[in-house]
Amino acid sequence: MTATIDTTTSTSEIGKARLRKEDARLITGRTRWTDNITLPGMVHVAMLRSPFAHATITAIDTTEAKTRPGVITVLTGADLKDEQGSLPCAWAITPDMKAPAHPSIAVDTVHFSGEIVAIVVARSAAEATDALDGIEIDYDELPAVLDMEAALAEGADLVHPELGTNRNALWIFDSGEAGTGEPIQAALDAAEVTVTRRFRQQRLIPAFMEPRSVVCDPTGEQLTLWSATQVPHIVRTMLAMTLGMPEHKIRVIAPDVGGGFGGKLQFTPEELLSVVLAQRLGKPVKITESRSESLLAGHHGRDQIQDITITATRDGKLTGLKVELMADMGAYLGLVTPGVPVLGAFMFNAIYKIPAYHFACTNVFTTKTWTDAYRGAGRPEATFGIERIMDELAVELGMEPMELRKKNWITHEEFPFTTVAGLTYDSGNYEAATEKAMALFDYDGLRAEQARRRENGDVKQIGIGISTFTEMCGLAPSRVLGSLNYGAGGWEHAAIRMLPTGKVEVVTGVTPHGQGHETAFSQIVADKLGVAFEDVEVLHGDTQVSPKGLDTYGSRSLVVGGIAIVQAADKVIEKAKPIAAHLLECSVDDLEFTGGRFSVKGTDAGVAIGDISLAVFAAHNLPDGVEPSLDSQATFDPENFNYPHGTHLCAVEVDTETGFVEIINYTCVDDVGVVINPLIVEGQIHGGLAQGIAQALYEEGVYDESGTLLTGTLADYLVPSAVDLPHFNVDQTTTPATSNPLGVKGVGEAGCIASTPAVVNSVIDAVRQFGVVDVEMPCSPQRVWRAIQQGRGQLAAGGPAGQNTAEAGGGLGSTDSSGNVDQSTPAGGQA
Amino acid sequence: MTRVSMTVDGVSYTDEVEPRTLLVHHLRERLGKVGTVVGCDTSNCGACTIALDGQSVKSCSVLAVQADGSDITTVEGLARDGVLHPVQQAFHENHGLQCGFCTPGMIMAAIDLLGENPDPTESEVRHGLEGNLCRCTGYQNIVKSVQAAAKAMAPGAHASTPAPVAGE
Ligand code: FES
Ligand code: FES
Repeated sequence: MTATIDTTTSTSEIGKARLRKEDARLITGRTRWTDNITLPGMVHVAMLRSPFAHATITAIDTTEAKTRPGVITVLTGADLKDEQGSLPCAWAITPDMKAPAHPSIAVDTVHFSGEIVAIVVARSAAEATDALDGIEIDYDELPAVLDMEAALAEGADLVHPELGTNRNALWIFDSGEAGTGEPIQAALDAAEVTVTRRFRQQRLIPAFMEPRSVVCDPTGEQLTLWSATQVPHIVRTMLAMTLGMPEHKIRVIAPDVGGGFGGKLQFTPEELLSVVLAQRLGKPVKITESRSESLLAGHHGRDQIQDITITATRDGKLTGLKVELMADMGAYLGLVTPGVPVLGAFMFNAIYKIPAYHFACTNVFTTKTWTDAYRGAGRPEATFGIERIMDELAVELGMEPMELRKKNWITHEEFPFTTVAGLTYDSGNYEAATEKAMALFDYDGLRAEQARRRENGDVKQIGIGISTFTEMCGLAPSRVLGSLNYGAGGWEHAAIRMLPTGKVEVVTGVTPHGQGHETAFSQIVADKLGVAFEDVEVLHGDTQVSPKGLDTYGSRSLVVGGIAIVQAADKVIEKAKPIAAHLLECSVDDLEFTGGRFSVKGTDAGVAIGDISLAVFAAHNLPDGVEPSLDSQATFDPENFNYPHGTHLCAVEVDTETGFVEIINYTCVDDVGVVINPLIVEGQIHGGLAQGIAQALYEEGVYDESGTLLTGTLADYLVPSAVDLPHFNVDQTTTPATSNPLGVKGVGEAGCIASTPAVVNSVIDAVRQFGVVDVEMPCSPQRVWRAIQQGRGQLAAGGPAGQNTAEAGGGLGSTDSSGNVDQSTPAGGQA
Repeated sequence: MTRVSMTVDGVSYTDEVEPRTLLVHHLRERLGKVGTVVGCDTSNCGACTIALDGQSVKSCSVLAVQADGSDITTVEGLARDGVLHPVQQAFHENHGLQCGFCTPGMIMAAIDLLGENPDPTESEVRHGLEGNLCRCTGYQNIVKSVQAAAKAMAPGAHASTPAPVAGE
């Protein structure tokens, strides 16, 4: 089963499975990736990156490198000290947040392995890379700071000694008056049942398929920067603010962008340097990172330790939730680094009615690549924490895990519902999604099969995992972001231009990187204006074409950008009305607008909007005082987030002899409100599932004890291939959002947020019988195997002794990319 | 420098190349064939896949000099007289791509796969494309695209099938 919307009979563009306009260029190789751009006189830049996590640079000698063939110049941090500025962090989450200076090129000290220490500019990329060998650097190694708890301990080595601490900030939310912590303390004191767990959100690497690339051309009237970025508008503003450049002299273009997932939501050292260099040299400059550089020095995601306590009555009513996080910032603050865990704060309570809630997050500096947004940003971490501990609580209570959830979730009649974290969920129907998912999944049948295999003591045991989730998406509203001290708003801009022939140009401020905006937005405009889908062109990703916008992240394109388009279309219709009335010689009040035509009520007289646009172009016969234009603009700032939800169910088969996990059934029913294009929605869910499952089973950014990244290539960082992922059963329920005129909700992050806990819950469920209560992610064969061994050992020694977390090893080396088990690893781990 | 000649998408080129030049860089930088892209430096991603004398290869793992005298097809050379190759058409009709960066390599790998196995099962498609990574689609629609292409290319099938209704 897949998403089913009957598109054969519907005349509306909304809900139609339109094939994508974007595909034509992408399937024929006629694409505009940044790295495809070549300009006359263009020079290439290669980066020398620190091999040490933490070190003082005592000497740099670039003399030899400068003599290499093709080399134009070699520059160090000291050379650019006064020009390079400091990369900004746009989210000071607390007034006393500690923020270190963030140079593009390290000046005296390097703070993570991969930090840029020198650059070579040469005629060709190959010559620039070759010349890196000719740079001599002396380092004095300093202690690496890798473990968050150790970093917070008294006397710890400091990542940035000038800050006097490794603590970036402490951010607290408390459901009690003035954050007294009273409600949660009362809940803890009175609890009939208390469950406490520590979960680790491993470090992930976004691993978009197109490595980042930037081209800067300083030779025109405006400086033009092409960048493989999600956020061209933000990059332009940041460039202006960081370098003190006049904003109107900067044009930023994000052409085709090969994936982002938050990894391209950044203002990068490479972007800044390309501008500094291009201006210095007066020539176009290109920097394209290698995959290894991308994994090493593009920002990472997740990396949190969560200490969670949940309290309940014996009969399963939740009474309190206490969350203490440590979030690894890495060595620097990127654009939204400190804010990522804060976004999670509002989602730990998820879909449940919890009377008391306390959340505290300590952000910690370490000598690793900085973290920042990665698909879902804060919400996958929170959803994992709550959905895992709900399962643990169910075991503690002896309840069926779905029963526990049903007992505590917000029921359909209770919407709108204001949560303990202060959000108002506008609409939702958890019952409907769950019912549908359980039927599709064959929940009861799989439980029976699970029981049968347990009884038989089969080698392959079955586990079933649940994740009933919601998320807040559509980043906006500006007021809320302001109350969280975010440095920008969350509004979105759109413009619509009716052309003389009746065709339509739509300008959007949201900048896609694979989401199909050109198609979905054409559908919205075709539907609103009654023009043909083919007659709409969507323009985006260039600050000259689309002068205002806040770009694409946080599932905001449709729910914020799409609504701006709706508003702009409404304005066009309003503008056309008096002209139509004038042409039809009737009163405005006698007009109705349907199917792209203004008609006089109760008559056959009418005029198509395309004819009005021609009349406006000619401007021969317009009513007095009417401006001859059929253009409009709108800026939309929603009142609320929106809240997609769903039920994800996963069944795994765990080989108890090898620890190998195979997903045998993944079924989910998502409710993303009204669907504009079911093909795109389903595709987004699939992609999200793949990334969430990858966190559960495969991916982890691993550093060794000296702070060197061990997963620095795609051979070590296990991005799953087609054989590693199952077939997904995806379906939907539709509960329209009441907070926007289309009834739409975000979709881009849903699959990623919901799937990780569903998979891990299923793995634990399969092996809990052996005394296992947790397995750290990724649940590699080695980790699962070790957990089984440890659990069995403890059972033999007289029952499970609380939490046994299988440590060490991880994904690295324990599976290859096809998921085959390295048999030597479990055996090695047995000692 | 070494002189190499090759035919790429039906056009013959002769160039002087450094012996160390990788074929993918030669295609992109010298011949302007930027439809073939580079996603990694370890031959893991498959984004650079092309057909070399009819066999799909990762063009980042072949030297330009090794391709001397060969006949190469890239994604840019698949459409004939404005008509998409059935595999391209199937990727479009089945939403087998999102950002599209993996797509040239996926399409080239899929064509080779279908050459060897004209009617693959889902599992055979998954194994056949194991060397090509996609970060966007979760692969399901890629698999669907390849199977749809197999149907469209089967002997007797009409060359271009109508777009399937979503959700079937
Ligand atoms: S670029 Fe050739 S396999 Fe990745
Ligand atoms: S479509 Fe984006 S990587 Fe495959």
